[in-house]
Amino acid sequence: MKTIDHQPELDNTVVSVKEFVYKNIQPYHGDYSFLVGPSSKTQKLWDICKKAMQEERQNNGIRAIDTKTISGIANFKAGYIDKENETIVGLQTDELLKRAMKPFGGYKVVVKALQEHGLEPSRDIQNLFTKYVKTHNDGVFDAYNAEIKKYRSLGFLTGLPDNYARGRVIGDYRRVALFGIDKLIADKKADLENITGPMCDATIRLREEVAEQIKALKDMVLMGNHYSLDLTRPAQNAREAVQWTYMAYLAAVKEQDGAAMSLGNVSTFLDIFIEKDLNDGLITEEEAQEYIDQFVMKLRMVRHLRMAAYDEIFAGDPTWVTEAIGGMLNDGRSKVTKTAFRFLHTLYNLGPSPEPNITVLWSPLLPENFKKFCAKVAIDTSSIQFENDDLMRISRGSDDYGIACCVSYQEIGKQIQFFGARTNLAKTLLLAINGGKCENTGTLMVEGIEPCDPDEYLDFEKVMYNFKIAMRHVAGVYNDAMNIIHYMHDKYYYEKAQMALIDTNPHVNIAYGIAGLSIVADSLSAIKYAKVKPIRNDEGLTVDFEIEGDFPKYGNDDDRVDVFAKNAVRDFNNELKKLPVYKNAEPTMSVLTITSNVVYGKKTGATPDGRKKGVPFAPGANPMHGRDTNGALASLNSVAKIDYNDSQDGISNTFSIIPKSLGANEKDRVDNLVATLTGYFNNGAQHLNVNVLDKETLLDAMEHPENHPQLTLRVSGYAVNFIRLTKEQQLEVITRSFHKSM
Amino acid sequence: MKTTNHTLNVHSIESFGTHDGPGIRMVVFLQGCKLKCLYCHNPDTIDTQGGSEYEIEDLVQRAIRMKSYFGKNGGVTVSGGEPMLQAKNLITFFKRLKEEGIHTNIDTNGRILNHPVKELLDNYADLVMLDIKHMTEEGYQKITGVKNKETTFQFAKYRETSGKKMWLRYVLIPEITNTPELLHALGNYFKNYKHIEQIELQPYHKLGIHKWEALGWEYELKNARENTEEELQQAAHILSNYFQKVKIN
Repeated sequence: MKTIDHQPELDNTVVSVKEFVYKNIQPYHGDYSFLVGPSSKTQKLWDICKKAMQEERQNNGIRAIDTKTISGIANFKAGYIDKENETIVGLQTDELLKRAMKPFGGYKVVVKALQEHGLEPSRDIQNLFTKYVKTHNDGVFDAYNAEIKKYRSLGFLTGLPDNYARGRVIGDYRRVALFGIDKLIADKKADLENITGPMCDATIRLREEVAEQIKALKDMVLMGNHYSLDLTRPAQNAREAVQWTYMAYLAAVKEQDGAAMSLGNVSTFLDIFIEKDLNDGLITEEEAQEYIDQFVMKLRMVRHLRMAAYDEIFAGDPTWVTEAIGGMLNDGRSKVTKTAFRFLHTLYNLGPSPEPNITVLWSPLLPENFKKFCAKVAIDTSSIQFENDDLMRISRGSDDYGIACCVSYQEIGKQIQFFGARTNLAKTLLLAINGGKCENTGTLMVEGIEPCDPDEYLDFEKVMYNFKIAMRHVAGVYNDAMNIIHYMHDKYYYEKAQMALIDTNPHVNIAYGIAGLSIVADSLSAIKYAKVKPIRNDEGLTVDFEIEGDFPKYGNDDDRVDVFAKNAVRDFNNELKKLPVYKNAEPTMSVLTITSNVVYGKKTGATPDGRKKGVPFAPGANPMHGRDTNGALASLNSVAKIDYNDSQDGISNTFSIIPKSLGANEKDRVDNLVATLTGYFNNGAQHLNVNVLDKETLLDAMEHPENHPQLTLRVSGYAVNFIRLTKEQQLEVITRSFHKSM
Repeated sequence: MKTTNHTLNVHSIESFGTHDGPGIRMVVFLQGCKLKCLYCHNPDTIDTQGGSEYEIEDLVQRAIRMKSYFGKNGGVTVSGGEPMLQAKNLITFFKRLKEEGIHTNIDTNGRILNHPVKELLDNYADLVMLDIKHMTEEGYQKITGVKNKETTFQFAKYRETSGKKMWLRYVLIPEITNTPELLHALGNYFKNYKHIEQIELQPYHKLGIHKWEALGWEYELKNARENTEEELQQAAHILSNYFQKVKIN
């Protein structure tokens, strides 16, 4: 084992990153006045990047694609933006914003993505993937049964990672910097030796996985060599710590194109190296900021090759390089360091951006100066999101966690997650009213549901009874699909680079999800408190609903309806928890939609809450647009009632407000946002996206995108570059509730 | 709408009020007002016959659920309409809020100073925001449609004598209320008051016009214009000679 001989003052007798952080962290309680602007090197690089991104937009979203190389950890030679100005090096391919093929998730989608840009894979690759190589996508469809296919094609299950990579696994990228790859290989070899018989399925699979991980680690060394970096040994100074960590992450995004490729929580770790070099007089604050600016710039340049249809569910070409910042240690110290400030400061030095997806882990115990700075950044950039650190840390156990994808807790290096998109709960409710038939096609989906009397007002008890039957059945189909997907993903597109940086045989959470929660809550409320009469077509399927009288609506802090939202989450989660899961994963569930709330809406007929056929859902756990009429806090309180224990994968809420309504001046706005976040999380809520902007800005950006190249906006669980959304998505965002006090 | 002694006649509730007192406030807009100010931006709260009856205890429970957002500064503001028309029941409301440790604030035109109002001012209102409409009798009548601006000044004096906190609010309309003479008159009148924490300048805006049209009422201020940034700063500058804090809302 190598020692960390370069760090005499740092406690280097550690066995884990977490222990290293505990022993060496220097929490920072000061304000942001120490921060400095971008270095001239950084500015030069960023100018090149901005130009490249403009070319990308002008060229239908793609700057270049390599059609000859299958991407892998060490398959591309070194690439640079402008070598002499790069303090932190490394690109996914050999050229800035050139995208690479990663066909093991699904070859057809790669071909489709290329076709959309008038290209095709090279002859060799075509030959391989049409004749010899099987992909994750092929495996899944071999195993899918007719029922799963039916649920998928009719839109009851949408966005399943069955033709693209599942993502959401977070490698502990810090390990490469702290230990060097030689030690990581030695440890994995020891693990492999200890995985002994009897050679049942699980044991054989695990041995194969660890062997793959060792190969990935060796490839990472090779990749480092392309850039003349010796990753076999630990990082020896601050720049190397940033560089090594980035290299580890880069290996992951060269090998995988998972929907979300989170970074974890690296800022506290990196701060230890930076503070040491600053104290030793080896670097200046400008250099420290330069490392972080350039690291973040590289993260902003991560790209994957996607087909256009992917954009419907994940709009704006996101990569979810999610970095969690802040939070508390279990011993009561704060994890906020100067480098937490430096990460946030990139949003000024480089301007607003959706990536990396910066997530602040909020606790009332965080240093006041940090809270205010975060609020200021949110107000100025609309680029960051907040999550309840106390809630997640205490109920899930670890203080060393990152956010997988958008909103989901994941202990770093100890746990992984199987991503499962989501089921359409609003359509599930319609099954309860349509005798178990799809409201659009009449296809029988669930047997044993009595049709409601066509001429009657809907009876609450009867609908509830049927809804529970429908939920049980849908949960079963969903679970079947998920087990197949993750079995096949492990088999054909195993995340060997990320898994090499995670403990062998980690705990697995399976991440189910639901969409349409506010519609379900309001529909049940309408049926109970008003009179709802279904309008049916000749086949007896509902095409619309007549509502007589008023009813309480979700989003107004009114328990009469909020309880329907809370219970629907609980009930569906309980159904999922009953089912057996591949690799004995632990079931968790999210209320999160990404941008699929638009496509979900399209696939869903009229609903009893008065929503017409095809109208978009509200995102995540948000109340429906315009129905929250008692102001922002009442809306937040309704969402806060959903129990995190029933939805441990996350409960996403997006809060949009015009600057003037947040407060009369900057100080008021900062204080009010801090108070809002404190109150919301004290009430037990889990997640909040914060947008502070005028609707007029968005309208102007639709008309004159060239004037708003970096306009960023939080949507469900992530942020997007507004001008990269489709017109339809832009309009949907604009029609959402922007809180405005009277 | 009639109210019983355990209800209030409410126009609407804004749970995230950020311009109606210190910090984040739950603002209860009460229904009914005896004035009809030309620039009223909530004209739909004027008619005393409108509104919905809310149980006071229901409002208290809503406020309790907002408490975690109030922090050190926030709380509940009653606005309107003119809250003092329901002063008697406001005593019950504020008494309960005080029991729950919630800060209370009233946004009023100061036209009423009867026994319940005095009790409210003396014992239950942590803060009063008093709207000064105009410094001349003629201007006051023109804006509000009613006579005798002195009642508002008597109200101010009563609060000042009680030694409790007060803010003044003043709507700035170019030429009509925003002239150096009027601003100096305002400053001179209140310069010796010790319990005025700040004066808030409310720049006139036309956002309420559509509500007037919806009510089928004529909006007489159509020709008034909004202040320029310079005019706002100039007004703030004049008043800063007289008040410890001037805020543009």
